[in-house]
Amino acid sequence: MLSTPAAQAQDAASRTSRPAPRPESPFGSGLPLRRRLRAAWAWIRENLFSTWYNGILTVFTLGLLYLALKHGLRWVLLEARWAVIPANIQPLMVGTYPRAQLWRVWAVLATLALLSGLSAGAFGARLKRAAAWGAGIAAAFLLLPLSAVSRAMVLACAGLYGAGLLGARGRRALRPWLVGAWFLSFPWTLFLLWGVQGSQLLPRVETSWWGGLLLTLILAVVGICCSLPIGILLALGRRSSLPAISWCCTAFIEVVRGTPLVAVVFMAHLLVPLFLPDFRIDKVVRAMIGFTVFTSAYMAENVRGGLQSVPKGQYEAALALGMNSPLMMVLVILPQALRAVVPSIIGQFISLFKDTSLVAIIGLLDLLGVARSVIANPQWLGLQAEVFLFAGLIYWVLSYTLSRSSRRIEKALGVAGRR
Amino acid sequence: MTQAADPIIICEDVHKWFGDFHVLRGISVEIRRGEKVVICGPSGSGKSTFIRTLNRLEEHQKGRIVVDGIELTSDLQDIEAIRREIGMVFQQFNLFPHLTVLQNITLGPIWVRKMKKSEAEELAMSLLERVGIPEQAHKYPAQLSGGQQQRVAIARALAMQPKIMLFDEPTSALDPEMIKEVLDVMRELAHSGMTMLVVTHEMGFAREVADRILFFDQGQIVEEAPPAEFFDAPKQERTKLFLSQILHH
Repeated sequence: MLSTPAAQAQDAASRTSRPAPRPESPFGSGLPLRRRLRAAWAWIRENLFSTWYNGILTVFTLGLLYLALKHGLRWVLLEARWAVIPANIQPLMVGTYPRAQLWRVWAVLATLALLSGLSAGAFGARLKRAAAWGAGIAAAFLLLPLSAVSRAMVLACAGLYGAGLLGARGRRALRPWLVGAWFLSFPWTLFLLWGVQGSQLLPRVETSWWGGLLLTLILAVVGICCSLPIGILLALGRRSSLPAISWCCTAFIEVVRGTPLVAVVFMAHLLVPLFLPDFRIDKVVRAMIGFTVFTSAYMAENVRGGLQSVPKGQYEAALALGMNSPLMMVLVILPQALRAVVPSIIGQFISLFKDTSLVAIIGLLDLLGVARSVIANPQWLGLQAEVFLFAGLIYWVLSYTLSRSSRRIEKALGVAGRR
Repeated sequence: MTQAADPIIICEDVHKWFGDFHVLRGISVEIRRGEKVVICGPSGSGKSTFIRTLNRLEEHQKGRIVVDGIELTSDLQDIEAIRREIGMVFQQFNLFPHLTVLQNITLGPIWVRKMKKSEAEELAMSLLERVGIPEQAHKYPAQLSGGQQQRVAIARALAMQPKIMLFDEPTSALDPEMIKEVLDVMRELAHSGMTMLVVTHEMGFAREVADRILFFDQGQIVEEAPPAEFFDAPKQERTKLFLSQILHH
């Protein structure tokens, strides 16, 4: 078989991503019961009671865990009044997005599911792992108290994902198309959700109707997608040999980094209309601008750290080949610089995702905002714990998914091993 | 030499300062097409700095350098044009760690020389054959030994089809048993008629391959002679001292 260098790179990447064999775990292996018990006992002795103070710590921790779990679990399973969640699931998910137009949200989800499936297939994810991810996400959705119709939609999305996964398996030729499709998916999503003024099929849904998790995700994704390229440009600008450019970039970065996010969001809300009085810029768009401005300054500093980690010899080797500066940056320096700072970039994304809850101060109802308005409703008085726990759980699931993906990306790029 | 009268590099009274430190103090030398020149001298004598001024990785502050008919000024276009004609091999290899061996070699031809990818890969494979490691094409630099990495670096420089090759202490970072494999490649290259400037401490290589040896000390060319004369009958005291130190240590 003829294999291209890209294929080889892929192979190498998947090879490095395979986890090292773990030390024998006493649980769940196919040994006979007596030996398994003995192994388990050895494991407990070795890991929990290796010294007398470790033993005391273990007992103490177990005690604390017992107390916390005893009351916590009793509350979660018996005392909490979870009815508030299903009753408000729609505002929590999409805010006040019109019920009759909800199919557009599903259409977006279906698009993303299909694209994810196709990408997982075409980019050579291992079938079992990709299927497990798809099934896991679908199961998480199904655990939500959704209506029967919505559940059917989730299953349909899962079906699309699976179809894409199987259909695109091993088709490398699809890769460039998929990259393009992901770029287009973004305007496509906004187009679907926003609609067209005066259209029958896709009537305009003003952004003031958007809310809940939908708004949270849109703000986060826009912030992430815009702040990375802007951050890279700022970082390069800061290192520019032209003093005007480097001074402007440095000033921007330092001013923004010296300002709290709340203030930036607030200023974007108040100042953008002042500076651009001729345009009526949407509230949500102003929030997006605020988050992008704030995050791009931090992103620039992350990227700068990455640029500094690239040895001088790399610049010299690129120059010696006759490359000009842009070529050198794009082909040689940035790939290495960004690789080195993937963890801090993803960390920045996670904190951006959580910080979107600050849009409450400019009157937008994101997931947390909706949660707050739910508990302000007299009908659901006194149910803060349930509602916030639910919102917190959603934030955690998504953040954790992001941080897991960071580790996957690091491994795939060989951040640790290739140098 | 067949084209003896035709200098490809002309240096006239080249000076360079690092801050207050006067690294190059008036270097004047002409290199003919196809000539192999070995530059040696004690560390800190400016020999590396000198060959790095030839493709303007270092800027000279006084004097004139003309490479293949183009004078090195601050004109970026000229500099890039000259760099395309000059291959450089570094002491620390400086391979691109995020690219495979094949991608390392094809990067310049594809993006700078605008060669077709298939052509560039064919060229790269033939160069890997030439340096003796075609089987490593799809590995990453970190998976190769130092000697193999340096041979890839030579192939990468040759892929730009340069007229001149600069070697900046190509074997100094290598384990002793790997030096020979790199020198063998350089020997073969010398016999193919390439113009080469080599900064090295490998005196055996210098004696065998060089047409001329330049001895640097304190930023000046102290002695300049064909190898036989340089090794057997050096004129300057400084040269004699240097030779006695490196030949009888």
